[in-house]
Amino acid sequence: MQTYDLEANGLRGLNSALQELNGSSNKTAWEIVNPKGSHAIAVGLNSPVEVTVKGSTGYYCAGMNQQATVRVEGSVGPGVAENMMSGTVIVEGDASQYAGATGHGGLLVIKGNASSRCGISMKGIDIVVHGNIGHMCAFMGQAGNLVVLGDAGDALGDSCYEARFFVRGSVKSLGADCIEKEMRPEHIEILKDLLARAGADAKPEEFKRYGSARQLYNFDVDNAQAY
Amino acid sequence: MDSNNIPRTVPIQSATFSNPINAEIRRAAATGIYDIRGGGAKRKVPHFDDLLFLGASISRYPLEGYREKCETKVTLGTRFAKKPIELDIPITIAGMSFGALSGPAKEALGRGASAAGTSTTTGDGGMTPEERGHSTKLVYQYLPSRYGMNPDDLRKADAIEVVVGQGAKPGGGGMLLGQKISDRVAEMRTLPKGIDQRSACRHPDWTGPDDLEIKILELREITDWQVPIYIKVGGTRPYYDTALAVKAGADVVVLDGMQGGTAATQDVFIEHVGLPTLACIRPAVQALQDLGVHREVQLVVSGGIRTGADVAKAMALGADAVAIGTAALVALGDNDPKWESEYQKLGTTTGAYDDWHEGKDPAGITTQDAELMKRLDPVDAGRRLRNYLKVMTLEAQTIARACGHNHLHNLEPEDLCALTMEAAAMARVPLAGTDWYPGKAGF
Repeated sequence: MQTYDLEANGLRGLNSALQELNGSSNKTAWEIVNPKGSHAIAVGLNSPVEVTVKGSTGYYCAGMNQQATVRVEGSVGPGVAENMMSGTVIVEGDASQYAGATGHGGLLVIKGNASSRCGISMKGIDIVVHGNIGHMCAFMGQAGNLVVLGDAGDALGDSCYEARFFVRGSVKSLGADCIEKEMRPEHIEILKDLLARAGADAKPEEFKRYGSARQLYNFDVDNAQAY
Repeated sequence: MDSNNIPRTVPIQSATFSNPINAEIRRAAATGIYDIRGGGAKRKVPHFDDLLFLGASISRYPLEGYREKCETKVTLGTRFAKKPIELDIPITIAGMSFGALSGPAKEALGRGASAAGTSTTTGDGGMTPEERGHSTKLVYQYLPSRYGMNPDDLRKADAIEVVVGQGAKPGGGGMLLGQKISDRVAEMRTLPKGIDQRSACRHPDWTGPDDLEIKILELREITDWQVPIYIKVGGTRPYYDTALAVKAGADVVVLDGMQGGTAATQDVFIEHVGLPTLACIRPAVQALQDLGVHREVQLVVSGGIRTGADVAKAMALGADAVAIGTAALVALGDNDPKWESEYQKLGTTTGAYDDWHEGKDPAGITTQDAELMKRLDPVDAGRRLRNYLKVMTLEAQTIARACGHNHLHNLEPEDLCALTMEAAAMARVPLAGTDWYPGKAGF
């Protein structure tokens, strides 16, 4: 286990050391102490390293992650795991705005609640939130799965494309062109897998599925009031 | 006179309800939807044509045209980047997407720019291997949509341009209509084929200059602080936007006036939102000077740059470099008279074709149609672009030497005068034959 004191040694040294790792390094487990809400911790990683952040972080923790597993033993600021490509990011606490924004792949698990715009413009990432999510989540979501064990705020999935949303609790309102959809066997299987990987104690049958009605895919002046 | 020999008034067209305006009213009434088109503002606005260089005289002496050197090199990104971009000429190629443009067009831009010793820029939709391969210096646009955005491409870039806005539609997003969403474009953007694809108008994970500063920190951390980070803004509040971009940590500010083109947006947006390029430069330079970073944070100006004279005038007003988009497309072959019969079939004419969003470009540039894009030979088109860039550079050098400067960067506002009150006010250079411009203190 490599231990890095962020307060004492600085951000550049940390990210540089983590980004230099490749698959053949023996330094496969890192612990970051004294994060103290710093921004851009463990960004741009591209190896199967395991990183544990002992405390809360600021903006963009684990941004653009590839392959790495990043666990935050605290809460995270805006944009955790933004544009993640692969790997896993686990947040033990709560997440601020834009969690998993524009993510292309990988798994983001938030054990607490996620604020507004979680999964905004998601492009293939899987996000599992154990608690509740705020308003405008998955706005313009293109691909991937957003699983919410709690409740969803206003305008879930507004203007979404092919992303899927699974919510166990209530949905305050659905956004433009987002509708409830039939939960077919293949969706149960997707959900079962995601819940297991996210360590979530819930049954797939308890969820409802939401997604695009595909009515706004091509501009039609008769739909102008929907925008 | 009528049949009774009574004089008649001459029919007068209304200046307010002109034929083009009436035609648009009828089109809107028939379709119920606004007009979408490509390009930049077509209305006449004060521009570089309204400025003149004064040239050498008894108080200035010129440099010899074919003997004395006039440098054109420019370095962008000297503030924080470990590897600033060094260009042979101060004319760069503006961001245009693969999707809006065909693959051969993007390749031609890369070929032409590289041969001339300058950079080209990606656009919405990400970086293609062809574009990277044919561009010696490639600027990677980081856009609100983040289509095709990934850290591997980010690290392949020679610079990163965070796009906040563009001159054709400051405050607006984009629209790529379904007919241009081919299999490849759809895959790159993670979207279903054939849908009308929206590009967001604001970034999904930051709001305001304080957030932007943190976003730039993240981008630098991911790219090891190697490459310059540009911030591109549409010309609306150039003083404050430039100051805020500097505050956020930009290496380079790219400022795009309303004549700057777009692949597609509403005509009402293009013609009625934003500032003319001429009105943007001096406030931006003033902001850089007030912050003590003029020349340390470079300013790239775009929007209606067409000739070496435009380049020289922009630089005399304080820009470090310029970017061209529409002019580069014309050099490749856009709106070429040889396609006139096909333009007429599309209901338009040479020089006026702007339905770039429809994907039917006879020149094979703004299309994803496999047959149409074969019409553009990227090698020939790239050669034309290189020639054009060389000519513009020679023209700018000619003017600089005539004003007594051995580097294009040594051009200054004192070399200029204005032909109109409006241009004098915007460029803050004297009205021709006077020592005064509107707003100048002491008058």
